[in-house]
Amino acid sequence: MLMRIATRAAAALVSCTVLAANAQAADITGAGSTFVYPVLSQWSSDYSRIAGDRVNYQSIGSGGGIAQIRAATVDFGASDMPLSPTDLDKAGLAQFPIVIGGILPVVHIQGVRAGQMHFTGPLLAAIYLGAIKKWNDPIIAKTNPGVKLPDAAITVVHRSDGSGTTYNWAHYLGQVSPIWKAQVGEGTSVKWPVGVGGKGNEGVAAYVNQIPNSIGYVEYAYVIQNKMAWGSVLNRAGRFIGPSIPAFQAAAATADWAHATDFDLVMTNAPGPNAYPVTATSFAIMYRHPKNAQRSATALKFFRWAMEKGQPQATRLDYVSLPPALVKRIEAYWAAQIK
Amino acid sequence: MSAADNVRPLRRGLAGAGAIRERRLQSGGAGDRIFKLLTGAMAWLVLILLAGAAFSMFWGGRLAFQTFGWKFLYSANWDPVGRQFGALVPIYGTVVSSLIAIILAVPMSFGIAIFLTEVAPKWLRGPVGAAIELLAAIPSIIYGMWGLFVFVPFMSLHVEPWLNDNLGPAPIIGALFTGPPIGIGMLTAGIILGIMIIPFITAVMRDVFMAVPDALREAAVSLGATTWETVGRVSLPYTRSAVVGAIFLGLGRALGETMAVTFVLGNAHEFTKSLLMPGNSIAAAIANEFTEADSKIYLSSLIALGFLLFVVTFIVLAAAKFLLLRIGRLEGARA
Repeated sequence: MLMRIATRAAAALVSCTVLAANAQAADITGAGSTFVYPVLSQWSSDYSRIAGDRVNYQSIGSGGGIAQIRAATVDFGASDMPLSPTDLDKAGLAQFPIVIGGILPVVHIQGVRAGQMHFTGPLLAAIYLGAIKKWNDPIIAKTNPGVKLPDAAITVVHRSDGSGTTYNWAHYLGQVSPIWKAQVGEGTSVKWPVGVGGKGNEGVAAYVNQIPNSIGYVEYAYVIQNKMAWGSVLNRAGRFIGPSIPAFQAAAATADWAHATDFDLVMTNAPGPNAYPVTATSFAIMYRHPKNAQRSATALKFFRWAMEKGQPQATRLDYVSLPPALVKRIEAYWAAQIK
Repeated sequence: MSAADNVRPLRRGLAGAGAIRERRLQSGGAGDRIFKLLTGAMAWLVLILLAGAAFSMFWGGRLAFQTFGWKFLYSANWDPVGRQFGALVPIYGTVVSSLIAIILAVPMSFGIAIFLTEVAPKWLRGPVGAAIELLAAIPSIIYGMWGLFVFVPFMSLHVEPWLNDNLGPAPIIGALFTGPPIGIGMLTAGIILGIMIIPFITAVMRDVFMAVPDALREAAVSLGATTWETVGRVSLPYTRSAVVGAIFLGLGRALGETMAVTFVLGNAHEFTKSLLMPGNSIAAAIANEFTEADSKIYLSSLIALGFLLFVVTFIVLAAAKFLLLRIGRLEGARA
């Protein structure tokens, strides 16, 4: 009899402490872009150690993130594609950039190492349109003197799933090639004229690794971690730029944020002399007047910490944090828009 | 003793038996009724779920059917930006890769099942049977990974160049076997699917062959039939409907397989006759594109694809039943 009372009391005590602990730490939920998942999960695990609040992020893709925030099932959505100010206004949403990354063309050619290939924008568009079919095409040879290009057909690899990476890549190709803009356009999923599709950045990287004489486009973090043979791209200022954190930051610095309402700006083909042309931003989307103001405030605290103090983690994972001027602009936007 | 005297005890016994049966029905009658109701409800539940799933997919896809009409079935144009969708490539890829899988798997499964039941010594049956069941337990994504990292290079380095050189120039089937040897394509996907469904078909066939009554088999042997003749004339006709059921179980698995196929099929929305070129399948298209379908018509097209898979599976099953009926009628006519 005493035993039973003792066990019941112990159980009650344990459940009380668990409930108390849960009452203090808030769980924020987010969903969306697979691109930001590695850095967001690192930030969230470090932040929960510092502040106790946990951030639960599901990387289901930018489209899924937008759908979830519209349905208000998460506290923030993450998307690689910005929503237009009209769409944001209609839904009562606000958006702001959280991290920057670059998208690189990668090749699998016998004997070609990282950094050896040079591409111009129109050349990449022609390859992805299927207009240039072989590696030893004179146009490719002209841009790549000294590289031994095989007489082999180019296997183009693209994404099979919808993705913000595709959106930025297609947006860049549309900027440098009017034929691409007219024929294919831009979107998280497009009608690829040629090529095979891999699922996710990992899928594209796996295909490029497996298929000889192939070309694909992959996010910077994946390229560095898988040691793939990337190629440099000619930027608007006329220089061949390879991927590096300074090159991505140069693109972010020279992008015209001042005139972008709700940060609705795609940074591809940035004008700076050292800017890498295919640089992309990921956006977080939140409600301007959220139903649960406390969770929204916690989410903003998390983002503030990530933007001001989260640089080391981002750099370690091969992401680029936002330049300080942009961070100030974003914090002002929060004060004005999200209440 | 008269005849009536003999009948009297019999009549008494029959009346007793009737009384016992009456008692049994009365005491367990409610239980029987509940049991009948419950099992009937389960059966109806399955039918209702099936109809519900089919209807909900049709309802979700109605926008696509309304917008594109019959063109949805034969258009190969899959354009998310221009919002034009056509299901020809996914349907074709699903059907072709499953067909290759069945052509590969059925003879092999037959062979394994007959070996296990007729030819193998008794001590071998246990281990080989267990190995088959283990193969069935391997998750499909492992098949996909093995396919991409091990099988695709093998196909692209050894098999596809051989096919291109030797079968490519052939007159009619040559068009099926020409293409750049990238290793990824419908033939590779079909072969991997075939390997995946062999365990399922084999397991059912083996169980069914073992269930053939020994009396029947021994009768055939005693008439001088060889092993092959016994199998062909006694075991197979006896187990005909179960064997066809096993084959269509495997086919159903192949038609709906997602992860293994999406790794090695190439996910390209292009219609090509060649088996060496990449294609797309319904399940792979839905799995890849569902989360990012950003317009209503895109989503509706993907759900419509799911409904079409339902229709394809249904047609295949109806064909199976029809086949069984015809063979049965032929056998009946012969007898």
